[in-house]
Amino acid sequence: MVKVPETAASAPLFDYAPAPESRAIVDIRSSYGLFVDGEFVDGQGSSFKTVNPATEEVLSEVAEASDADVDAAVKAARRAHSRVWGRMSGRERAKYLYRIARIIQERAREIAVLETLDNGKPIKESRDVDVPTAAAHFFYYAGWADKLEYAVPGNGAPQSLGVAGQVIPWNFPLLMLAWKIAPALAAGNTVVLKPAETTPLTALLFAEICQQADLPPGVVNIVTGAGATGQALVAHPDVDKVAFTGSTEVGRRIARTVAGTDKKVTLELGGKAANIVFEDAPVDQAVEGIVTGIFFNQGHVCCAGSRLLVQESVAEEVLDRLKRRMATLRVGDPLDKNTDVGAINSAEQLARITELARVGEDEVGTTGGAGRWSPPCDLPERGFWFPPTVFTGVSQAHRIAREEIFGPVLSVLTFRTATEAVEKANNTPFGLSAGVWTEKGSRILWMANQLRAGVVWANTFNKFDPTSPFGGYKESGYGREGGRHGLEGYLK
Amino acid sequence: MTASDASLRRFLHGLPGVDQVGCEARAAGLGTRSIKTTAKAQALDLAIRMVDLTTLEGMDTPGKVRALASKAMRPDPADPTCPAAAAVCVYPDMVATAKDALGDSGVHVAAVATAFPSGRAALDIKLADTRDAVEAGADEIDMVIDRGAFLTGRYLQVFEEIVAVREACARPDGTAAHLKVIFETGELQTYDNVRRASWLAMMAGGDFIKTSTGKVQPAATLPVTLVMLEAVRDFRAQTGRMVGVKPAGGIRTAKDAIKYLVMVNEVVGQDWLDPDWFRFGASTLLNDLLMQRTKMTTGRYSGPDYFTLD
Repeated sequence: MVKVPETAASAPLFDYAPAPESRAIVDIRSSYGLFVDGEFVDGQGSSFKTVNPATEEVLSEVAEASDADVDAAVKAARRAHSRVWGRMSGRERAKYLYRIARIIQERAREIAVLETLDNGKPIKESRDVDVPTAAAHFFYYAGWADKLEYAVPGNGAPQSLGVAGQVIPWNFPLLMLAWKIAPALAAGNTVVLKPAETTPLTALLFAEICQQADLPPGVVNIVTGAGATGQALVAHPDVDKVAFTGSTEVGRRIARTVAGTDKKVTLELGGKAANIVFEDAPVDQAVEGIVTGIFFNQGHVCCAGSRLLVQESVAEEVLDRLKRRMATLRVGDPLDKNTDVGAINSAEQLARITELARVGEDEVGTTGGAGRWSPPCDLPERGFWFPPTVFTGVSQAHRIAREEIFGPVLSVLTFRTATEAVEKANNTPFGLSAGVWTEKGSRILWMANQLRAGVVWANTFNKFDPTSPFGGYKESGYGREGGRHGLEGYLK
Repeated sequence: MTASDASLRRFLHGLPGVDQVGCEARAAGLGTRSIKTTAKAQALDLAIRMVDLTTLEGMDTPGKVRALASKAMRPDPADPTCPAAAAVCVYPDMVATAKDALGDSGVHVAAVATAFPSGRAALDIKLADTRDAVEAGADEIDMVIDRGAFLTGRYLQVFEEIVAVREACARPDGTAAHLKVIFETGELQTYDNVRRASWLAMMAGGDFIKTSTGKVQPAATLPVTLVMLEAVRDFRAQTGRMVGVKPAGGIRTAKDAIKYLVMVNEVVGQDWLDPDWFRFGASTLLNDLLMQRTKMTTGRYSGPDYFTLD
């Protein structure tokens, strides 16, 4: 019965030649100022460098906004709100939002290359996910701008809040900007946004897009900087609304800062999502979903499926298939169109992932099939890299099952019954997302009701759409972004 | 397992399901791979070697078949480095002509038998059809399954027909023609059915599983081929036996063909990247492969008149 293929050994490998996207389309300036009141201005503070995490090459020098710079930006936003944007009809605001959306589409390739250079994510993802989804958010909220009275229950047209101070993370720089700015502007607010210090460049390109779209000065202001700049922004007394996406630790600090003020706050924080695979799951698609869940964007995703809960009866089979699939992941040059897993965003993040993986190795040990595994892959010498990694034999008591690693590291746990799966999935301080894999529709609905998570994906994972609200339970934050719900945080 | 419809049904319906959305997304994702320069040159030559050059028309004549045979042996008369196609695929009455024209070139003759394309004939007629083709010298037999029986759950009948046709492929000298089993996936409708048909055909001893006759739309698609590749991969893991896959119909461009090769490479791996284990059933594909191949070597595109039409 067994027939050994004769040709297998002699056949030449089908090795994909490099297919790099050209970076010539992007013009990165050697230094950038702040975008305040419709103009690029020099900051009054110092400056910092932003690097390409795949090569450690310095891309540009960016101004670090001081308290005075933040104050100037908030003042510009306040002026724009009271004189122009807050008074403008929704239909007029929509025109600007549509225009921004179209410019994002027109300049998609340029934005995608810049995002990949500054962030380290594969060009495939910035091209096929980040940029089109960002444009989709502007298109979607442009549609709401003149229909706000239908968005929130109550009498009459709802009012904008005023000035929104927004702080976004480095994992999806432009997309998070779109999630923040599009609903804020649609609802009639003006914004001061601080991009993450390691990924400021696409936000600054977005500032150029605002100029290109003739957006009235002061409606969008971009202040670059690190934690202190963010702190100055959220603490500014003339900010009416604070929106933050990032770590739970910083989220707590922000909540303390705004406590006792009448600022409205939405926080989108960490996660430790369970991706739950039942024995009757469509197994090949489930394996794809596990891979997408944790290795998409190098695992730098707050809703990443970082805990795989697999039913014991199929655990071995699913793991075998998962490892075989992981061996085909292409790790390397983010600008190569065939790269699946790119660079870790910063040395700091790489150190954190490395440390937690080391802890995990000690925790799970090597007995009874437990252990750490990565497929063989050649990592580039320069830059920040971490191979796709899976830990088997993990239990709820281990740190790698509880703490957000925010990297390409999957912890595998098993369960016997649906009740046990729910218990384990919910047994975490977080509650941002979850995945359920089964061919049984009634079980999907039952699980979705039991899981305490803002998003429950069924037979898919990491799908984002502007029409769908996104947000957390428990330490994953409060408030929703996306959909009609996303407007509520920007209206009174 | 193969004792009754009921036991076959239990096994086939116990196979893991296929989620349509996820399957199509995976196929589309593989389709975005960018294959350039050396990899492209390698893929084009491999694809040419995998082509089953096909003519299955009512108006086929010996002259047409002979022309096709010379095309298969020397796809690009101007370039001796261009490899030959894998096989010429014809109706059974044309097998002798094709065999004669191909001689000992190494290019195989494949014959569609078993009342192709509908398969709506009595079993003994299907078997006679097969034996005719084998006696005339066919190296490979492309049979069609009884889709009516499959869709009504008469799995045992489908299974036994494949077994019988396989026996009819035997030659007096103890060797046998290679058997490809065509599902006509466009009529099976669901990916679950494609997976079940794949296992049924492999268990019955098929050497190859093939998507379509080319007479029904949709014919070969990337997601259907993905499901079949997963099936042959899992079948080898369980039994140790390797089964080939042949998408047929609707693959017209080099770009499409390369997408299939990428899928083979990443889903089942290097072992299947060989004409013995993966084929394209196509007629117009070959000239596009040749056009791209010439472009790779000369740096220029030539017009269609520079490639032979047969």
